[in-house]
Amino acid sequence: MKNNFTREHLLFLRRQRVRKTLIHVTQVGVLLLLLGVWELAALLGWIDSFITSSPSRIWKTLVELIADGTLWKHLWVSTWETLAGFAIGTGLGYAVAVVLWWNDFLKEVFEPYIVVLNSLPKIALGPIIIIWAGTGKASIVTMAVLISVVITTITILNGFLETDKDKELLLRSMGANRLQIFVKLVAPANVPTLLATLKINVGMAWIGSIMGEYLASKEGLGYLIVYGKQVFRLDLVMTCTVVLCALAGLMYALVSLLEKAVVKKY
Amino acid sequence: MKVLEMKDVGKVFYTKTQETQAVSHLSFDVNDGEFVSIIGPSGCGKTTVLSLVCKLLAPTSGQVVLNGNSRVGYMLQRDHLFEWRTIEKNVQLGLEIMHKLTPENKEYANGLLKKYGLWEFRKHYPSELSGGMRQRTALIRTLATNPDLLLLDEPFSALDFQTRLTVCDDVYDIIKKEKKTALLVTHDISEAISLSDRIIVLSARPATVVAVHEPHLSDIPSPLKRRESSDFAKQFELLHGYLHGDKS
Repeated sequence: MKNNFTREHLLFLRRQRVRKTLIHVTQVGVLLLLLGVWELAALLGWIDSFITSSPSRIWKTLVELIADGTLWKHLWVSTWETLAGFAIGTGLGYAVAVVLWWNDFLKEVFEPYIVVLNSLPKIALGPIIIIWAGTGKASIVTMAVLISVVITTITILNGFLETDKDKELLLRSMGANRLQIFVKLVAPANVPTLLATLKINVGMAWIGSIMGEYLASKEGLGYLIVYGKQVFRLDLVMTCTVVLCALAGLMYALVSLLEKAVVKKY
Repeated sequence: MKVLEMKDVGKVFYTKTQETQAVSHLSFDVNDGEFVSIIGPSGCGKTTVLSLVCKLLAPTSGQVVLNGNSRVGYMLQRDHLFEWRTIEKNVQLGLEIMHKLTPENKEYANGLLKKYGLWEFRKHYPSELSGGMRQRTALIRTLATNPDLLLLDEPFSALDFQTRLTVCDDVYDIIKKEKKTALLVTHDISEAISLSDRIIVLSARPATVVAVHEPHLSDIPSPLKRRESSDFAKQFELLHGYLHGDKS
């Protein structure tokens, strides 16, 4: 701590710190309270823990799943599918946005198609995807891609189109061609848009891969959840759901870190 | 020597419902080393004239002639510095675009930064600079490509009044030191009088030349001081009359 702050300034900083700590403590508190009530209700027989499971049973299941290696296998499969869907969906969506930005004619031609594709619940394509891509990882990744690609294109293209027209004019007055305008202006100006899209796509890719696994799969967290439901092991269902929460949260946190590191400049 | 000749230039814009004659029978010249201002009622197509000069728009009729290999540098209303580039990289933008980022040209750009007090900020980002310094950076970016004619599109209008007067002085000083020819578009009559060797008054749309006025204040070196000149008010009224007299 530097010494050249005034007393009032130090007080202000202290209040800020206290508030922040309080928020974190409350956040953890809410979680603990929920878990506590859940556990207690199960223990006292207010709820049937066969149907609702309970924190201690989830913990036990988690330990078992880790011990026999089942968890890692399924977790790895789902994560891999999600990352693949995430990367391909974002990359493809970005590429399409670049093409549509580049060519006004194509943009106007494909506008209605994109609108329809965006409104279409991608899950409806599930059966078709399974028949075309099989019941393996390919169809699950395809699902994750389909769910993230359209929204990526829409968000990124909007960002491209909203790039300051005067800055574009400036570049054109310097004699810039379309490629230079993209590389020097439009792409860097939209780094924040891209990062915002990455954040959205974390969620989208998880939806896609888990839904894909629900439809047809032999492994993965989504498969494990469906399996747990079929054999009526709610402990397994709940445990997988908790693991999913943690994974999705972790991935989101990583993207947020990336955003913090990069966006400062833009 | 004439740097720019506008010969009977006309420009028509078309939309779904109408065609708009933005500029009609517009003729004027800009000579080497001159500071020329264009004033006109708002919406008269002043910016269109600049776009025609730097060939971003093609004239519908007439000719826009830039002398020899004259190159044009365009400075816009706001500084439009790229926030993700350092001051140094912002200044080199034009050179990059023109594929002229040679060691000599870099040296020239750096020289301008040194000369005009931005050298120590070269590694800073635009957001760390004041409005006046940002505008100066924008001017140096325009100068870095060594243009023969500077086009200034209301370059001070985004600044508050106090800053505006000093930045105006600053920019004028730099343009004169670098011996550049400048064509300024503004709606501010005082600005035009204090800066220009010659003022071209345009009519309302379609823009055409109503009058050409010479302030004859060049013996006073600073635009700010020119505002204190005894016949400044008279000139102001005269130009104001040109701009608004036609309507009555």
